[in-house]
Amino acid sequence: MSEELALSQAERDAGIVRCDACPVLCRIRPGRAGACDRYANEAGRLVRVDPLVLLAKPDLARVAFVEGSDSWRGELGKGEAAFVTGIGATTTYPDYKPAPFIVSSKHEGIDMVTVVTEGIFSYCGVKVKIDTDRYLGPEQATVRAGGEAVGHVTTTEYGSQMLSLGGVHHLTGGSKREGVATCESLLALCNREAVELVIDDGATVVVQADKPPVVNGVLEERMRVGCGSAAIGMFAPQWKDHVDEVIVVDDHITGVLSEHQGGRFLDMKPAGIRVRGRKSTPGRYFQVARPGLGWGGTNISDPLQIIEKIDPKQAWPGLRLLMVSTTGEHSAWFELDNELKPHPVAMPAPVRHVVERIAENCEPALCTVLFMAGAGGSLRAGVTENPVRLTRSVREALTKVTLGGIPAYVWPGGGITLMVDVAKMPEKSFGYVPTPALVAPIEFTLRADDYATLGGYASRAVTLDDVLARTRVRVDEASQ
Amino acid sequence: MSFAAARLADGRLHLQHGPIDLIIKAFGAGAEVEAAYRQAIERFADMLPTLVRELAILRRPVGEAYPLFQGPVARRMAAAVWPYRGVYITPMAAVAGAVADEMLQALVKGRALDKAYVNDGGDIALHLAPGHELRAGIFVESLDGVVRLSYEQPVRGIATSGWRGRSFSLGIADAVTALAGNAAAADAAATMIANAVNIEHPAIERRPARDLDPDSDLGELRVTTGVGALPASAVARALNSGAIEARRLRLMGLIEGAALTLNSAWRIESTGTVLGRAEGI
Repeated sequence: MSEELALSQAERDAGIVRCDACPVLCRIRPGRAGACDRYANEAGRLVRVDPLVLLAKPDLARVAFVEGSDSWRGELGKGEAAFVTGIGATTTYPDYKPAPFIVSSKHEGIDMVTVVTEGIFSYCGVKVKIDTDRYLGPEQATVRAGGEAVGHVTTTEYGSQMLSLGGVHHLTGGSKREGVATCESLLALCNREAVELVIDDGATVVVQADKPPVVNGVLEERMRVGCGSAAIGMFAPQWKDHVDEVIVVDDHITGVLSEHQGGRFLDMKPAGIRVRGRKSTPGRYFQVARPGLGWGGTNISDPLQIIEKIDPKQAWPGLRLLMVSTTGEHSAWFELDNELKPHPVAMPAPVRHVVERIAENCEPALCTVLFMAGAGGSLRAGVTENPVRLTRSVREALTKVTLGGIPAYVWPGGGITLMVDVAKMPEKSFGYVPTPALVAPIEFTLRADDYATLGGYASRAVTLDDVLARTRVRVDEASQ
Repeated sequence: MSFAAARLADGRLHLQHGPIDLIIKAFGAGAEVEAAYRQAIERFADMLPTLVRELAILRRPVGEAYPLFQGPVARRMAAAVWPYRGVYITPMAAVAGAVADEMLQALVKGRALDKAYVNDGGDIALHLAPGHELRAGIFVESLDGVVRLSYEQPVRGIATSGWRGRSFSLGIADAVTALAGNAAAADAAATMIANAVNIEHPAIERRPARDLDPDSDLGELRVTTGVGALPASAVARALNSGAIEARRLRLMGLIEGAALTLNSAWRIESTGTVLGRAEGI
């Protein structure tokens, strides 16, 4: 490196890199791009912002599930040195010309073709699964980013809350600001950045793919081990010799050990502690409190609030009561005095041990972001002159659809409506256009003879070596 | 690494070298257009290297002595920013427009074209023959404004500046589009008007330019990095401050008109013939 290019010690310490891609010789700070916006400093490394991305061999392990599957006749570059993804392939809209890259390759003697492009998806969104029992907001509530409506709350699943964000109505069916806010949120989520979402009449949650959610400023570390009743069933034998009663507080089903089948089975004596709410079956109670951010997804911060009464005919002085949440995050140990009033006391070690075991059995809470989009319309025209045949070919599993090299789930029924986990895709796979709409890489891989049959641009196919020779590429070797 | 030249699918010429990214289109007889493109490509080859040779001085603020440069683009930059020497400005404020002007000159020289443009990342130099006109759109959130330019009007340059753009801004405008006699003049004016669209407000984040880009010509000056929610009254005050600057520049003859926008609110400074909101045209 010449004198002119050398960085000072202070610059190096600040993480600055020198770009020598053109004579401007920008010094670029970490996380910033140079004057051209084409090269950037990513954690001290000079990277091209928009190159084609190749998945090198280690990454192909990601698509290994095709092995042993007879249904895929169009196997994906397995055994090849690299698979060209659509990232950075660029496209036009509408697609009035063949896709930018139609790459031929040989696999086990069979000629394969991968049509590589970037799709502009006006119909797209993300389905977000947030592992938490905390109450994020009512079903159907509007989810906002930067004050604009970008989606809504859908169902509560086991230990998780689902959100549906984006979709054509938010992207282009509302105000310009709503569309821009939606596009920005989707883009950030798909590129695995954190986005703060505010739910009407609910919580503020920071969502980032493959990272724990942050609910109202609190990091959610664990999923619940099960509902309150399930927790009783799982841990009853371990508690038996150390407690007289256990109440597992849960917004869905609160479990009461001595009334529960799990306790009866162990011949536990009824303790006479009645909890609020609506009894489902013995030892299982719905709606002991309102949903909230306290114990077990309820709004309770003092667990004794859910106790309706203590029956003097059954309870006794000195009775030992454990109250615990479904994640083990909250727990308290009480003993009844002579007036049968509960008093908090220090928890004995064997009980503490089982509480810790609840926590240990909880899986880490994560946010998962699935990109969902429809590859209809003109995108297919970049692949074949006869678009409906592409749809049929995908349907018949002759053509394999990947996004950034990651196999997509294609919905049954009409069209090519697909879903893919953004966390598995290479970094920064997504872009946008001001429509607003998202741009995502998409690749169609199939046998060369099938490609010719469906009216593909077979004569446009180039070899992988040609692509490598002509195009600046980024090789993505990130392992799983 | 040398520059890249490519023809886009619709026939436009794309030239790129480092931060210079040009979309060029000439209208006219086929042979004339092709010859024009060849001239442009030829002129482009040494543009960035020549500019870079004087880059260190081009990044210095203009003072009371007229800055002397060797390169033709650098000279255009100096001429464009000279009227603003009373405040902090460096020739870099006009770099994109000056490149567009220089390339347009190379494109049209000796050629018989109906019209032509060189678009350097939103800063546009235009050529119009008698009887021809060009329309340009202003996209902020969507097509928000339209400029219709004819041979008779004196506008041959359009430039847009704002803190969300590629260059830093001291102001908070989402976009300021200026029309002037050439692209370099429009570029410098848009920069100055965008800087003037400004207020002090806690929702506005600013950082020293040097913290973001060690090479920035703005040095320790604090550039806008974020604009949070602003009350309508604050938006109006910021826009009014920019509109005053735009009027001053128009009355001085430095621009023909300008369109300013912040948070979907607009101010138009114009003689009333050239520039209007999209729905009005």
